[in-house]
Amino acid sequence: MSTNNPDRIRKVSIIVSRGSLDGVYPGLIMANGARMEGIEANLFFTFFGLYAVMKGYQDKIRIATVGNPAMRVPDAKGFPLPTLLGALPGMSAFATHMMRKEMEKLDIPPVSEFLEMIHDAGGRIYACKATVDMFHLKPEDFVPHVDKVLTVGEFYELSAGAQIIFT
Amino acid sequence: MDVDAEGYLTRPEQWNRAIAEALAQELNLQLTDAHWKVIEFLQRDYRERGTVPGMRRLNKVGGFATKDLYALFPDGPIKKAALIAGLPKPASCV
Repeated sequence: MSTNNPDRIRKVSIIVSRGSLDGVYPGLIMANGARMEGIEANLFFTFFGLYAVMKGYQDKIRIATVGNPAMRVPDAKGFPLPTLLGALPGMSAFATHMMRKEMEKLDIPPVSEFLEMIHDAGGRIYACKATVDMFHLKPEDFVPHVDKVLTVGEFYELSAGAQIIFT
Repeated sequence: MDVDAEGYLTRPEQWNRAIAEALAQELNLQLTDAHWKVIEFLQRDYRERGTVPGMRRLNKVGGFATKDLYALFPDGPIKKAALIAGLPKPASCV
């Protein structure tokens, strides 16, 4: 297998800094994909990305229908969604619902299940101390799969030898 | 047996249990009943759907826990199990 390649990536540290659906999923897919290839994976949640690991919030993550000029309806090759329409109540929930349906078909799990999968695969999950302090959060606000609340210094320490990916 | 550069069987009709054991040996794995259950599920599911199942399908439909799959096939459970099962390299991102 490709594990013999001396240049292969052995370790990744993935930072998830955004709290929208398209802000959270790429990091989760990359972390899970890393574990599936035998690559060590650390996930570090910061700023609004923290909602992906907060009890009661992690499955409420949505697509932004405002401020998202690439957003098209009814599908990826449809018409651009005007900002004013995107602002209508329920638009974000509706777009999220549609996308979740497509993800379900591809067996892409909801955030809570995805994190559990990454955790069970041996991936490490961390929350950013600066944001935790800024948002006045406590350890019990997080799902049990979070290994630790880390300072940026600790993050760099545990990222020794890793590729750092910011999303 | 004929394999590609990554070790996957190029002629799936060659597959049998002895070949599976040999492929597993290349990955430093000794096949147990638990391994066989996963291999047989992958083959059955591939026959029915034409693609190697992803982790979630292995969890929900196959009834295999993520942790157990990583314990049986360390560092790449689906890739390794598919290789031993004589199936193509998994083509999905999740």
